[in-house]
Amino acid sequence: MNKKSFGSRLVAAPYLVWAAIFIVVPLLIMAYFAFTDESGAFTLINLTEIGKYKKALLISICYAAAATVITLLISYPMAYFMTKMKISSQRMILVIVMLPMWMNFLIRTYSWITILANTGLINTFLNAIGLPKLQLINTPSAVILGMVYDFIPYMILPIYTVMSKIDNSLLNAASDLGSNGFSKLKRVILPLSLPGVISGITMVFVPSVSTFYISQKLGGNKTLLIGDAIEYLFNIGPDYYNVASALSLILMVMILICLAVMNKFSDGENGGVVI
Amino acid sequence: MKKALSRLYVGLILFFLYAPVAVMIFFSLNSGNSVWVFESFSLDWYAGLIFDDSLLTALEHTLIIALLSAVISTVLGTAAAVGILALKKKITKRIVTSVTNIPMMNADIVTGVSLMLLFVFVGKILGLDESLGFLTVLIAHITFNLPYVILSVMPRLTQTDSSLHEAALDLGCTPIKAFFKAILPAISTSIFTGFIMAFTLSLDDFVISYFTCGHYQTLPIVIYNMTKKTVTPDVYALSTIVFISVFVLLMLYNMLQNKNVKKRRHRDEY
Amino acid sequence: MNIKRIFALVLSIILAASLCGCGYTYADITYEGNYENSLKGTVLNVYNWGEYISDGSDDSIDVNKEFEKLTGIKVNYTTFESNETMYSQLKSGGVSYDIIIPSDYMIERLISEDMLKKFSPNELSNFKYIDSAYKGLFYDKDDCYTVTYNVGMVGVIYNKKLIKKPKHSWTALWDKKYKNMSLNFSNPRDGFMTAQMILGQDLNTTNKADWDKALELLKSGKSVLQSYVMDEIYGKMETGEAAIGPYYAGDYLTMYENNNDLDFFYPEEGTNIFVDAICIPKCVKNFEAAKLYINFLLEPEIALANAEYIGYASPNTAVVNNEDYYYYQNKILYPDEKDMPKVQYYHDIPSDIRSYYEGLWVDLKLY
Repeated sequence: MNKKSFGSRLVAAPYLVWAAIFIVVPLLIMAYFAFTDESGAFTLINLTEIGKYKKALLISICYAAAATVITLLISYPMAYFMTKMKISSQRMILVIVMLPMWMNFLIRTYSWITILANTGLINTFLNAIGLPKLQLINTPSAVILGMVYDFIPYMILPIYTVMSKIDNSLLNAASDLGSNGFSKLKRVILPLSLPGVISGITMVFVPSVSTFYISQKLGGNKTLLIGDAIEYLFNIGPDYYNVASALSLILMVMILICLAVMNKFSDGENGGVVI
Repeated sequence: MKKALSRLYVGLILFFLYAPVAVMIFFSLNSGNSVWVFESFSLDWYAGLIFDDSLLTALEHTLIIALLSAVISTVLGTAAAVGILALKKKITKRIVTSVTNIPMMNADIVTGVSLMLLFVFVGKILGLDESLGFLTVLIAHITFNLPYVILSVMPRLTQTDSSLHEAALDLGCTPIKAFFKAILPAISTSIFTGFIMAFTLSLDDFVISYFTCGHYQTLPIVIYNMTKKTVTPDVYALSTIVFISVFVLLMLYNMLQNKNVKKRRHRDEY
Repeated sequence: MNIKRIFALVLSIILAASLCGCGYTYADITYEGNYENSLKGTVLNVYNWGEYISDGSDDSIDVNKEFEKLTGIKVNYTTFESNETMYSQLKSGGVSYDIIIPSDYMIERLISEDMLKKFSPNELSNFKYIDSAYKGLFYDKDDCYTVTYNVGMVGVIYNKKLIKKPKHSWTALWDKKYKNMSLNFSNPRDGFMTAQMILGQDLNTTNKADWDKALELLKSGKSVLQSYVMDEIYGKMETGEAAIGPYYAGDYLTMYENNNDLDFFYPEEGTNIFVDAICIPKCVKNFEAAKLYINFLLEPEIALANAEYIGYASPNTAVVNNEDYYYYQNKILYPDEKDMPKVQYYHDIPSDIRSYYEGLWVDLKLY
């Protein structure tokens, strides 16, 4: 028996080596860069340099938070309505919701320019019916819209998955006990769907807070989100690797803190990700 | 009335999801070279794709990387799931699981940047002229695919009765044979799901490839470079083809599953 | 859904597409150089600016394809959008290239950091076509490292339909009348230049206070600005999405072909002149092929195709003196002495000043 489990453990060895070299070591190297200067001597200067990017961090968090809240508000009813459909149409809609995820997200984002631009589809339409033009593109709202659009399937899916597992008899019991629609939602559905909501929030927030393409294309390149700043610094030369690493480190720590907080909200072990 | 409202809502969301897709497909049929001003219908851009070496090469790179990384990470990840479950000390198990989750939880840009730093660092030590390329982008893709494979195999493996394995051993199988004969068939669907997930994630990845691919540019990288200039409808045409292929594949998969469900139900009746 | 029908549809689309196929047909060109080689099947990695080579679109010559056909060497062509990105890629050691085409000040830096390979351009049979005015320039006085590819100046492009008679000055980009309609560069060196010119500064100033002043000016213009761009300006100007923006003169000529409402001026305060030159970096792997490629780019017919496609001023005498050249004696590319704007070159700036202005640029973005 002992021998068998030793053998089983051994099959994990290649993976453990892999994880050590390609997950742990890169993060250590990143940390090394963050705490050294160009000559390799220990320094905290990169971390103090981060002060400059305080605003980038702040904007990123605000945008990502706004995008996450909006996505949640849109997705929750969507998931709920989906569970109320026939099983076969549920599957169908699920596929339809997931399908855009297989389309390159750069293209998905880019086609919003065609829609939102000053000479784009919406403004052309407004123009045609005699209404004044709207400034849609190159605004913070456009950036948030891009985030909502790109990541909404990540919110709908987990919420739907959890909701579809809620036992119907539970809802019937609640009705029998005199709950009306609203209190049923509040007392039964909402608490039971919480794990899905939590994982949806993390799955939307993390990519939103770290994105570096959306703001460049839809925001007119006029501000730096934290992801933009990292990308920019890595692109102007190895002299900036140290600051860029420090910034990446901060971003990672921030995300870890968010995840920890989120995990606190959900009960049990499987609070992380429900797919 | 209520039903109509909910239908309307679902319809609106789907409209939101598909408006940009529709725009993309529409302008891929433009005869002019703009994705803003529509001139007239034509398939010229689709035809042009056949001759566009840079896009085709990138497509080839993308498929090679996606397939290889999915296969390798599925094998490695399935073995890992078996091994991690066999770990005895709770604390070791916890540490391993947490490390495994890092690439999935972390921002893509951090994963990409940290891997690039590793590759460049190693390249400097080895004195290479060029540290990024096919190998590094493959490694990067395997690395971010692994947690998804493990995540999809592990729960199924936990559910699989360990007595199944013991029974096979009692019947005279070697442990390895027992695994292949008894366990593997039981978890094959979740392995397949893991594989598909890895494949599609790899296909679509932009951020991590961006930092690790060097000359071995995948399709998203080429598209990124194209969106830096004026985008011409050829990119849209290519995306439309990818979109339609995935659509057809998903529909087929869905139909097969439906058939399976029916078959199973049929079998259960006896 | 019926699978057969879907397949039929897909098949017919593919068929229809291949039937009306419009592949690239090779041009009939006579070459002056000798391209016999034993390098068939090898790869040449070329790293160039975006939109900076004739690529076969609109019936032009596909320069890379022609080179591949002629020599059997495969060209792996990638593009960058700023000198700094190119430098970063090269310096990190992540990727190696055989040919790069940076600008003057960047060449200075590359040479000072020993990142370029000497290759004696004089030995190339077509080097004779380079105008002597573009030989021995300040960054490469002895012609050891570079062959001039293009010359250009920065100016302001505007849309006549949207803007009536703008003042021929950089301040037009700050004009509140054009709110949300004006653009500026998204790379710091060129972006700062627009403000430095208004302030009458030396573009290569090492005085931090000068850079601070330029930053304040740029900040004050940000509320008017629609976006910071590089090659995205093509789409924005051609469709009328933006009304005014600074860019390289040659690109204006290309945009004009697609939108005749566009017009152009060199600001009265003066502007930046730049030279982009072909170099071979130290990390070169296919040195002989790189030299063949450079000689190929100097071929009269190839240089002509490039000059007409790119629209920048050419240093190639075979092009400039050719009366059939589309931009022959073009007033914007080759202004007379009296119309020549006041110009300044960029030079490599000491690294502390460089980090200083890079930092200011971040401040501007976050302002």
